[in-house]
Amino acid sequence: MDGKFVEVSNLKKYFHVGKRQILKAVDDVSFSIERGSTLGLVGESGCGKTTVGRHLCRIYEPDEGAIRIDGRDISHISQRQCRELAKKVQMIFQDPYASLNSFFTVGEIIGEAFTIHKMFRSVKERRDRIRELLEIVGLSAEHANRFPHEFSGGQRQRIGIARALALSPELIVCDEAISALDVSIQAQIVNMLIEFQRTMNLTYLFIAHDLSMVRHIADDTAVMYLGALVEYGATDAVYGHPAHPYTKGLLSAVPTPDPVYERSHRRIVMEGEVSDPINPEPGCRFYARCREAEKLCGEVAPPLKKIGGNHMVACHACKEKEGERST
Amino acid sequence: MRNIERSIMDRDFVRLPEAGRFAHVIVRPSVSYWEDVFRRLGTDKVALASGVVIAVISALSVLVPLFCKYDYDATDLLHINQFPNAQHWFGTDAVGRDLWARVWVGARVSLFIGVGGAIVPQLVGIFLGGVSGYFGGWIDMLIMRVIDVGVCIPSLVYVTLIMLFMGSGPTAIIIAIAMTCWMDSARVVRGRMLQFKNREFVISARTLGASSFRIIFRHILPNILGQQVVSITSAIPTAVFLEAYLSFIGLGIQSPMTSWGQLCQAGSGYYRLYPYQLFIPGAFISVTIMAFYLFGNCLRDALDPHLRD
Repeated sequence: MDGKFVEVSNLKKYFHVGKRQILKAVDDVSFSIERGSTLGLVGESGCGKTTVGRHLCRIYEPDEGAIRIDGRDISHISQRQCRELAKKVQMIFQDPYASLNSFFTVGEIIGEAFTIHKMFRSVKERRDRIRELLEIVGLSAEHANRFPHEFSGGQRQRIGIARALALSPELIVCDEAISALDVSIQAQIVNMLIEFQRTMNLTYLFIAHDLSMVRHIADDTAVMYLGALVEYGATDAVYGHPAHPYTKGLLSAVPTPDPVYERSHRRIVMEGEVSDPINPEPGCRFYARCREAEKLCGEVAPPLKKIGGNHMVACHACKEKEGERST
Repeated sequence: MRNIERSIMDRDFVRLPEAGRFAHVIVRPSVSYWEDVFRRLGTDKVALASGVVIAVISALSVLVPLFCKYDYDATDLLHINQFPNAQHWFGTDAVGRDLWARVWVGARVSLFIGVGGAIVPQLVGIFLGGVSGYFGGWIDMLIMRVIDVGVCIPSLVYVTLIMLFMGSGPTAIIIAIAMTCWMDSARVVRGRMLQFKNREFVISARTLGASSFRIIFRHILPNILGQQVVSITSAIPTAVFLEAYLSFIGLGIQSPMTSWGQLCQAGSGYYRLYPYQLFIPGAFISVTIMAFYLFGNCLRDALDPHLRD
């Protein structure tokens, strides 16, 4: 696995909620991203996607496990090293209304990175760089003196992207970056992100719950359920041959714009509620809702195992299927 | 029928000569948050009226003692207990001191204590509450437990003790008020801090590598300062009143120095014979307190971001 740009191994983050109650937000997650590629991370609300993403920016310190970015372990670094990390890893946020400080002008929002890192010290250099960033994201220089509340959601998201690009990072964590936008704007923003990836050789961790958008942008896809990865592999493999019952359920819930297919297609409806992430039961976390559950599933948590290529799945029931496919 | 339709079409749907020029014109100029606040305050009649009252009282408290022909502490035993007249506009007190002069010197003291007694505890509260909320952990625990104990002790106990130790000047009163009032604002600021420290714009500042100092002072405080300005304005009447109360029970300002509370206290003994000695300073306390309350209310409305369009 060496040589990968981002390597996360056995990442664990437990939050203490109340007395003797532990919320296992991220429980033993491992993945890697190659330089210049995109990993899509999908899963429902509260499954720990954002927590994983925030670890990469060192907003959270992991309890266990290692995070290596460009070969350097960042899991327990000092505050000064965090500042250096900021030049490598940046983040784009979900809510374009909450992610911009309403007391700053757009120019101040984008230029804050320069103040913090003492770059572009002269007024003119700074202004030119801010103008350049605004133009890259499709806004114009005169927007620099306005305040965030004067912009629409899509424009605000562009400002957020300009801020993330200010330090010319190599990895960008897109934390639900398009979920709060309407569909036509989503397409613009995603295409812009793809364009930047090509021109600036960016690496993305693309966190989303919109499966079709992830399929569009991601090279690899990881599916998370209640703090653990349940399936992980090349996007085509995960979407083409979903192995985990949860992935199957998710994919079958994606609506298609084809009424004939929609009528003939039987949706897999997942029953029950997501089980409680506080002090979880032993065994597979999907056990309570799984239609293929066996006795073993309630006792032992299934590890991630390879089922061909780099396609991995954490499910006891998938073993035979792997056999079926290979025969 | 067809003709009618046609005439409507022709009359109502005229192509604009140059559509491009009308498309997407930004009409509203760029307005900052504070400009907006001042604009709203300026259109509010109650805010204007109470602002004018506050301004006039403050200005007179500065100017009158400078130009008045009587000293506030000059006794004149030939003219004691005079009702308001052309010589002594507010009359004189039991030892013949001019009450017009004394009321305005008292205004200086009362307003100084009012403003100081509102700002000082607020600053202490912002600092300690901010540290407590932002850093959490043991320091939060410590500050919160101190507050829990502090609020259980009646404030009159502290105040009496501080007055005994420090004498009864205006500074001592401000410190006494600060000791009792910082705890409420610290709790409020801590709550706001907790609310803001996980907001996305704060996380984004951390991702950019901003220091805690920068995050607290550049990002979070400006966002909560508006609310704190409101609570300062509404704490001023409380402080003015607390001073009046302390002086009235004899713990506050001592004669010959004076304040509105002290004047009321001095006048209260003879109010059946010389009612003006009690009611004139009493009216000043009431009017000032009301003006600050109303102004504080209007300021809160003006600062409320939900009212923005």
